[in-house]
Amino acid sequence: MPHTSRLHVPRPPSRPGEAPDFGYVRLSPAGAVARPDVAASAADMESLSVDLIRVLDDEHRAQGPWNPRLDVAELQVGLRYMLLTRVYDDRMLKTQRQGKISFYMKSTGEEAVAVAGTMALRPTDMLFPSYRQQGAYLVRGSALVDLMCQLLSNTRDMCKGRQLPVMYHSVPGRVFSISGNLATQFPQSVGWAMAAAIKGSDDLASSWIGEGSSAEADFHHALLFASVYRAPVILNVVNNQWAISTFQGYAGGEQRSFAARGPGYGIPGLRVDGNDFLAVYAATAWAAERARRGAGSTLLELVTYRAAAHSSSDDPSRYRPRDDADRWPLGDPVERLKQHLIALGEWSEERHQALAAELDARVAAAWKEATTYGTQTDGPRLDPDLMFEDVFKELPQHLKEQRDDMHRGRG
Amino acid sequence: MAQMNMIQALNAAMDITMTRDPSVVVLGEDVGYFGGVFRVTDGLQRKYGVHRVLDTPIAEGGIIAASIGMAVNGLRPVAEIQFADYIYPGYDQIVSELARLRYRSAGAFSAPVTIRTPCGGGIRGGQTHSQSPEALFAHVCGIKVVMPSNPYDAKGLLIASIEDDDPVLFLEPKRLYNGPFDGDPNKPAVPWSTHPKGEVPDGHYHVPLGKAEVIREGNALTIIAYGTMVHVAEAAARSLSLDAEIIDVRSIVPLDVETLCRSVAKTGRCVIAHEATRFSGFGAELTATIQERCFWQLEAPIQRVCGYDTPYPHAFEWEYFPGTQRVARALAAVMEAR
Repeated sequence: MPHTSRLHVPRPPSRPGEAPDFGYVRLSPAGAVARPDVAASAADMESLSVDLIRVLDDEHRAQGPWNPRLDVAELQVGLRYMLLTRVYDDRMLKTQRQGKISFYMKSTGEEAVAVAGTMALRPTDMLFPSYRQQGAYLVRGSALVDLMCQLLSNTRDMCKGRQLPVMYHSVPGRVFSISGNLATQFPQSVGWAMAAAIKGSDDLASSWIGEGSSAEADFHHALLFASVYRAPVILNVVNNQWAISTFQGYAGGEQRSFAARGPGYGIPGLRVDGNDFLAVYAATAWAAERARRGAGSTLLELVTYRAAAHSSSDDPSRYRPRDDADRWPLGDPVERLKQHLIALGEWSEERHQALAAELDARVAAAWKEATTYGTQTDGPRLDPDLMFEDVFKELPQHLKEQRDDMHRGRG
Repeated sequence: MAQMNMIQALNAAMDITMTRDPSVVVLGEDVGYFGGVFRVTDGLQRKYGVHRVLDTPIAEGGIIAASIGMAVNGLRPVAEIQFADYIYPGYDQIVSELARLRYRSAGAFSAPVTIRTPCGGGIRGGQTHSQSPEALFAHVCGIKVVMPSNPYDAKGLLIASIEDDDPVLFLEPKRLYNGPFDGDPNKPAVPWSTHPKGEVPDGHYHVPLGKAEVIREGNALTIIAYGTMVHVAEAAARSLSLDAEIIDVRSIVPLDVETLCRSVAKTGRCVIAHEATRFSGFGAELTATIQERCFWQLEAPIQRVCGYDTPYPHAFEWEYFPGTQRVARALAAVMEAR
C-alpha cells in the first residue's frame, strides 16, 4: 500500500493563470434568512452562522426581515461615505506611488463594512478598527486634511510622526488608535465594553479584525471575555478571503464559517453579506440593540472580498487570479447601493458621476492643503524632540539626556 | 501605625485606593470570591462588590487586554497575574499595546493599568513559580517597573503605582510576603513584626516611583539590590562585618541613577545582586551605567551576584539561589581588589 500523508494542506481554489472559483462561498437568497428577536438565545440561532444574511437582491430591491428600512436620505449619505472612501483610497495610493507617503492600505471592495457598521451605531459608541476601516473615520467626522497629515507624518500629524500611515485615531469621533499589531484591539474593545457596563452607561464598543488575524489568541480572548461577562460589544470579523497572500483556509475557514466561532462561545454568530450596505447596517443595528438590552455581544462575519492589494507593498497578481475580484459573487458594495437607489428612483448615473467628481475635487483640495504642512521631502518638518515625548506622561531623566545627545548632532 | 506583613500592606493599598477612587477596579484569576492564592485581594470583593473585583478566566493575554480597554474607558484597573511566570501570554499586550499606547497616539489615549504579580524564588516553586522577569520589562519603553522589599514600601509604592498615569508592572517578591528573608532556608522564619519596615501607616501615602533608598549608610563599598536580595545583602555584609552602604533600588524603571552613582562615587566599590538570571539581567544595565559614570572613582571591578543562567531548578533551589555565601564572596573579592 503506497504511503499517503494524512496531512491536509489548504490550497486556495485558484492560483494565477487559473479561472477564479468561488463555489466555496455559501450563498443564501436575499431576504431568505429569518431575523430572530434580539434577546433570543445564541443556541436558537446557530443557522445564522451558516446562512448568509442578504437584503439586496439581484434586481437591486431590498428584501425580507433584515431590511433596515432606511430613509432615502440615509441611503444617500451611506453611498456618499462609501464613495468618498473609495476616492480617498485611490488618490492616496497614487500619492504613495509618487513617493509622497511611505505606505498605504486601500479598503476597495470593503467600504460597506466600515461605513454601514459605523452608521448603524450611536456617535457615543466606541470604535476599535483595524487598518482597513478608514470609512469609520469619515463617518465619525475626521477631516480629510487631518487623515492626510497622518499619512504624511507632517507638522499636523495627529500621531506626531510616530506611526506608519493609516494608523489613525480620533478622540472626538471616539475611534481608538490603530496599533499595527493585528488583533490586539479585539479583546481591548471587550474591556472597554466591560467598563461601560460597570459604569452603567448605555454605550457599546465595536471592533473589527480580518479573518486572517482571527487566528491570533487575542480573538479567542475577546470572544471568551465577551461571553463570560456578556459585554456590550460587537465583534466584527471582516472575511475578505485574503491575509496578504494567505487565503482564508489557513485561518480555519475551510471547516466552519468564522461566524460559527460565536456559537462555540455562546455568542450569536451572524454571517452577513459584507458588500450589501443594507445587510451590514441591519446586522449591526440588531447586534447593537442586543448589547444595549444587556443580552451581550454578537460576532458578525462580514463576507467580502479584498479587491485591492493588501498594501502598497503587495502584488496580489503573484498569488491569485488577476480577475478574481471581478468574479466575486457578492459584487461591489458601492455599485450595489448605487443601483438600489437608482431602482428606487432616487439616484442616477449622472448624479453618481457628479458626486464622484465633487468628492474627487474635495480630496484633491484637502491633499493640497495637507502638503502645505509638510511632506516626506519638502516643507516644514516635525520637531525631532517629539520623539522623546509621550513615552511616559512626564519626561524622565534618561530621556532628557538622550534628547540632549540628539541635539549634539544626528547620524 | 500598624504591624503588617507585605500581604496586608498590599491589600491595604488597594483598599485605600478603591475607597478614594471609584474608578479603581481589581481583576485577575482567583482574586474575587477567594481573595487570591496569596490572599492579597482578600475581602475586597466583599467590600466593593463583584463589579469592582472581578474573577477572570485563565487567560493572561485577555486580562491585560481587557484592562487596557477598561483604562481607555476611564477605569483604573489593578490586574493580578497569579505568578510572574504566567505573564508571557500577556507579554504582547504589555509590550506592544499597554506600554506604547500613549506614544503611538501622541497622548490621545493612555492606559493607567497596574499589573501586580508575585515573583522570585525561595518557596520551592520550581521553574514555573520562581522567575524574576524584571529585565524583560525594563527593556520595554513606556512601562514603569517596581519591586518593593518590605511592607512599608509595598503599600506606598502600590498606592503610587495605582495613582500613576503611566502603566506600572508591580513585582512582589513572594518569599517576602510573610517576613524578611536573609537567604538561609534553615533558619526559623522571621515575621515582619520583628522588622522596622513592618510598621505601616494606616492611611494614604506614597513611596515615590523612581526613588531608590539607602537603607544602610556605609563607606567601605556599595551593595545595590532589590526585592529579596536586599535582605540577603544585609546579612552578607553583616557576616563580614563590612561597613557597607546598601541601596534598595525599589524602582527599576525609572531608575534613580543619581542615588546609585552618588554612593559608588563615595565608596569606590560596588556589588550588584539580583535573583534573576545573570546574562542580560538588569545587573548588566546597572553595571554599565555605574561604569560609565563612576569609572574614575572605582577601586575594583564591579561584581554581579545573580541567579545562574539555568531555569529555576526545583530540587537544587538552594544551590541556585544567590544566598549570603555567594554575596559574601563577591563582597570579599571587591574589598580585596586594589
